[in-house]
Amino acid sequence: MSQSVDVSIEYFAQFRELAGVSTERIATAATDAASLYQELASGHGFELPQSDVKVAVNDEFVDWAYQLKTGDTVVFIPPVAGG
Amino acid sequence: MFEIVDHDIDPQALTASLGHPSCGGFVSFEGWVRNHNEGREVAGLYYEAYEALAVKEGNRIIAEAMERFAIRLAGCQHRTGELGIGGIAVWVGVSSDHRDAAFQACRYIIDEIKGRLPIWKKEMYVNGETEWVDCRECAKHAHAHRTDESI
Repeated sequence: MSQSVDVSIEYFAQFRELAGVSTERIATAATDAASLYQELASGHGFELPQSDVKVAVNDEFVDWAYQLKTGDTVVFIPPVAGG
Repeated sequence: MFEIVDHDIDPQALTASLGHPSCGGFVSFEGWVRNHNEGREVAGLYYEAYEALAVKEGNRIIAEAMERFAIRLAGCQHRTGELGIGGIAVWVGVSSDHRDAAFQACRYIIDEIKGRLPIWKKEMYVNGETEWVDCRECAKHAHAHRTDESI
């Protein structure tokens, strides 16, 4: 039986505009950050390949293999442009 | 200390905060909004930050600079929100006993800030169009710069 986890997603910059929301809570069957990105990218029309995106969970950078837990807050980080 | 601010940056106040009786040198860098980019006429910029992570990463960068270079104090502020031409988007200041370390640390901090902080800018063009700046190319330039230094 497949289990799902409940996570919050925060969106910034072009991802926020494409998603049409700043945050959302979802139940996902994705087990790691990479599969969650694939799921959301196809749902929201994110065209950036995963290799150009970074991911943070609970306000720290993590690897794409990060195993999602219920209650996590996930942020996908498109190429940065500070300064 | 690194801070994200949504109000005007005040270089004079920031400079005063980095004074130290042992310091004989102070170097600062200001990033200004310019009226052109990649051949397009720019009217202004809008900055957005993932603040919780940007502040942690900004403070890590300052800690790295303190460890690598013989400096006394370092500080940085980065803006969010809308800025017009000439506005200060980012300010970095470093004080040290001798000038070499301050120049090097200031350069290190601004380069790392541009390459690592989760901050994004949208360019607002004179013709009314807007576009998020895709800095994948900037990241390559910054990497090339760091590689040059290590040779």
